[in-house]
Amino acid sequence: MSNISRDDVANLAKLARIDMSDSELDHLSNELSVILDAVARVQEVAGAEVPPTSHPLPLKNVFRADEVRSSLTPEEALSGAPAQEEQRFKVPQILGEE
Amino acid sequence: MALKYEDVIAKYEPVLGLEVHVELGTESKMFCGCNTVFGAAPNTQTCPVCLGLPGSLPVVNGKAIEYTIAIGLALNCSIAPFSRFARKNYFYPDMPKNFQTSQYDEPICVNGYLDVTIDTEEGPKEFRVEIERVHMEEDTGKSLHMGGATGRIHGADYSLLDYNRAGIPLVEIVTKVITGTGKYAPEVAKAYVSELRDILRGLGVSDVKMEQGSLRCDANVSLRPIGVEKLGTRSETKNVNSLRSVERAVRGEMIRHAELLNNGEKVVQETRHFHEDTGLTTPGRSKEQAEDYRYFPEPDLVPVAPTPELIEKIRASLPEKPSIRRKKLQDAWQVPDKEMAAMINADVLDLVEATVKLGADPTRARSWWLGEIARLANEKGVAAAELPISSADVAEIVVLIEKGELTDKLARQVVEGVIAGEGRPSEIIQSRGIQVVSDDSALMAAIEKAIALQPDVAEKVRGGHVPAAGALIGAVMKETKGQADAAKVRELLLKHLGQA
Amino acid sequence: MIKKTATEMASSLKAGEISSVELTQAHLDQIAKVDSEVHAFLYVDSEGAINQARAIDEKRKSGADLPPLAGVPLALKDVMTQKGIPTTCGSKMLEGWRPPYDSTVVTRLKENGVVILGKTNMDEFAMGSSTENSAYGPTHNPWDLTRIPGGSGGGSSAALAAFEAPLAIGTDTGGSIRQPAAVTGTVGVKPTYGGVSRYGLVAFSSSLDQAGPCARTVLDAAHLHEAIGGYDKLDSTSINAPIPPVVAAAKDGNVKGMKIGVIKELQGDGYQPGVLKLFNESLELLAQQGAEIVEVSCKYFDYALAAYYLIAPSECSSNLARFDAMRYGMRIGSGSAEDVMNLTRQAGFGREVKRRIILGTYALSSGYYDAYYGSAQKVRTLISRDFENAFKFADVLVSPTAPTTAFKIGEKANDPIAMYLNDIATIPTNLAGIGGMSLPSGLAEEDGLPAGFQIMAPAMQDDRMYKVGSALEAALLTKWGQPILASAPQLGAK
Ligand SMILES: [Mg+2]
Ligand SMILES: [Zn+2]
Repeated sequence: MSNISRDDVANLAKLARIDMSDSELDHLSNELSVILDAVARVQEVAGAEVPPTSHPLPLKNVFRADEVRSSLTPEEALSGAPAQEEQRFKVPQILGEE
Repeated sequence: MALKYEDVIAKYEPVLGLEVHVELGTESKMFCGCNTVFGAAPNTQTCPVCLGLPGSLPVVNGKAIEYTIAIGLALNCSIAPFSRFARKNYFYPDMPKNFQTSQYDEPICVNGYLDVTIDTEEGPKEFRVEIERVHMEEDTGKSLHMGGATGRIHGADYSLLDYNRAGIPLVEIVTKVITGTGKYAPEVAKAYVSELRDILRGLGVSDVKMEQGSLRCDANVSLRPIGVEKLGTRSETKNVNSLRSVERAVRGEMIRHAELLNNGEKVVQETRHFHEDTGLTTPGRSKEQAEDYRYFPEPDLVPVAPTPELIEKIRASLPEKPSIRRKKLQDAWQVPDKEMAAMINADVLDLVEATVKLGADPTRARSWWLGEIARLANEKGVAAAELPISSADVAEIVVLIEKGELTDKLARQVVEGVIAGEGRPSEIIQSRGIQVVSDDSALMAAIEKAIALQPDVAEKVRGGHVPAAGALIGAVMKETKGQADAAKVRELLLKHLGQA
Repeated sequence: MIKKTATEMASSLKAGEISSVELTQAHLDQIAKVDSEVHAFLYVDSEGAINQARAIDEKRKSGADLPPLAGVPLALKDVMTQKGIPTTCGSKMLEGWRPPYDSTVVTRLKENGVVILGKTNMDEFAMGSSTENSAYGPTHNPWDLTRIPGGSGGGSSAALAAFEAPLAIGTDTGGSIRQPAAVTGTVGVKPTYGGVSRYGLVAFSSSLDQAGPCARTVLDAAHLHEAIGGYDKLDSTSINAPIPPVVAAAKDGNVKGMKIGVIKELQGDGYQPGVLKLFNESLELLAQQGAEIVEVSCKYFDYALAAYYLIAPSECSSNLARFDAMRYGMRIGSGSAEDVMNLTRQAGFGREVKRRIILGTYALSSGYYDAYYGSAQKVRTLISRDFENAFKFADVLVSPTAPTTAFKIGEKANDPIAMYLNDIATIPTNLAGIGGMSLPSGLAEEDGLPAGFQIMAPAMQDDRMYKVGSALEAALLTKWGQPILASAPQLGAK
């Protein structure tokens, strides 16, 4: 039985930037344990000799020429912006480096 | 009191790791057709792809792949026959998709090296810096932090984002751990970045402007007590944006680490920010837990599998290595090591070469770039290359000097005029009325006047003491207000005094 | 007129018997009449559609040579961008967002003169099998309004079944075109991966997503397939080869000598008896037309669902990271950018989306990658090998499309595992990237609701599905004497 604790889910929610409520965390830790039990069986047949397929097509080397194409106008680029100023996307304060 | 550098290296061995990010000089972005020109109005070079709009998909710029392979080859790497892009997942507002399309365990170039030479008291010393990988990725947008006291991210009220830079092709060049540099660690770090920059410039794959951010260096530094095998804890200093800063940042971190270690404290593994003004670093926001990037192969892109033919084609088109080129130039110009090093240090080698190509004498070309022009650059606090004077201007001036149409002194006025934006040398000579006095009779009059005023000196010269002629030549130059050619004056004077 | 096939409508337009404006208006009228009951549409672009129709009529009048589907209306799944038209993906997160660009599918529809009526309902970000996960309320199955229309593309299929549109666009990540087609008595095709551009398709799971045609007949689907398919340089995973001759195959419909492989693992336990009975009757009809029925085994299909529920959530956890309140879409809350991201994503995503994002975040996280995502990719290899092997014995493979007919709205809402089982027969093709088609096999005897017959073909051999589908469709039509939708209840009485 996979056991995903509430704290595990809280950590995942943090990584995924979702501010989940306590009840959601509880509920999801139960559901995830059940789902993971069901999907963990992939390990039964995933032997070392089986190569992984990350993509269904055997394509390679798909390139475009280094040519400039027209961009969106800044009005179009910013058309969906929740807020803007000076032709830039306006976002809340970024807590980060420095 | 700060620890002395000598005390640091007496006790500890520095270990370096350098990560350099280079913006490639392609016309269009890494995964879309947006223009990459620097300095455009905000958000005028964006499209659904580089804004990460829902539904958009990336397509790899083939030129960026070729450039990356060229870089790998120039750094003696092996080129992977199969490589893939991966998604590096983390949230940051300047990154439109909240993942960076990068490369993870399958980079395109691996296992290379770069030899660098530094100038030491014991003469030039060579170090080999081993390269772990060269991989492709994309740049992020740029944030302006508004409000707050400092304009810095900390304390800002909000930020404004411009995504023109988002999606510009970046190549990341990562060294293996660099050991054995001892006290020269800061110089090796600087020399590595400098050499790398020259290589990239020679390849024509980037404009490598550190001040504009098209070449950025992160320096990892750790110390271990001399004789100890185990590596110490490292700090990573981000975005050090000049060659001088690379050296200062490494030296500063070595001293900071040593102080901590000497006091029995621990070095914290963290990213730090370098401050140009103080030469010191400050810590980045510490993360409670290491970021889990959840890398996985980018499903929207297909693998890159360069053919041996393509790799050989690129190899064949590689320009000469900067070190070989420098050697050739040094031989051709017959420059002493010290002078060569001075040119490299002042970053004027390319300029001198271009000046010589335009017909100037190598020695004169060098002395102008390293002398008067470097002095003016220094005064203005900029690099010589940034002054508004070109190799063509200097070549023109040097040729005029050689023809005797300008004296050194007059030429200085011309250089000054060019830098002041008064026009090209010929225009300045015209407008400022600069003219060499080359009329022999006018010169002879001045010479006779000088002899009359200093008969004792003239007598010494007549007696065979040629060096004494300097005082007479000086007087003639003064008389002609510097508009005479000193060599010509000397020639006429010595002849007149029976010494030629 | 609205009950005719798209091909018939196209002929009438060409013959001048009707104008595109009239045809479009008739569909807009039907939408006005029945969509309050069905709720297939999230947005109806009446004005835009009439304008498009008028432009086509004018071109036709001027004697221009028009593409086959010019002037025929279509419903677009709300996961495709259309410039200036709201695109929500069934999520609050994108409410009000009007993309500044056209998806390649929309560009091609416009080039083909197809009239886009509006955007259809779907499970939020295409995650679901019932269209109950739409933030804008469920779509109802025209056969029984208390039942689900399948998902995620329930809106597109319901629109076809309710005669609100003769053609629709769907996207299929694990069955989202085929399972809705099965439970609404319509036709849906997932082309070979890379056969139709994904540019402008808001990604759920990039390595599985595939756009495709939805219609009421196999030939209609083929026409739409040819209109939207083919190489696109904006999609690196698009196949640079001609579209397989699907229209010709649908017109041909000759299965004589073809080998049809029945997949042993996709029947039996968990499949509704009436659904299996219809499946077997369909096989018999194909055999009567000269096809040879063989049985094949694909033993790793048992692991397909598990692999899918690791790969799709993993990719979606990354694909949906861009919905962060910074550049477009919903923004709520205050504080730092990080606070606003957290609060917006909490409020903007529904339960199923969050569940999958968290599951995917887990499957990709360090220490678990190999056990989950890595192992799932290996299963993918095994499934592809199963298919390769099976195609040595058969030209196409077949199964029931979904194990059951439409269930009641709300019936499985609280049991994700039971819900996921809906896609058990459709998922293997997505994992292997091959094509799959669903067409109606009849009405199940238990409940009188439609069931689907699934046909799978090797990569880039999509024409085989159309050939077999068309043969079966013709035989069933002869048997029933009328199209299956003629037995659907009348809507709009209210
Ligand atoms: Mg990087
Ligand atoms: Zn762009």
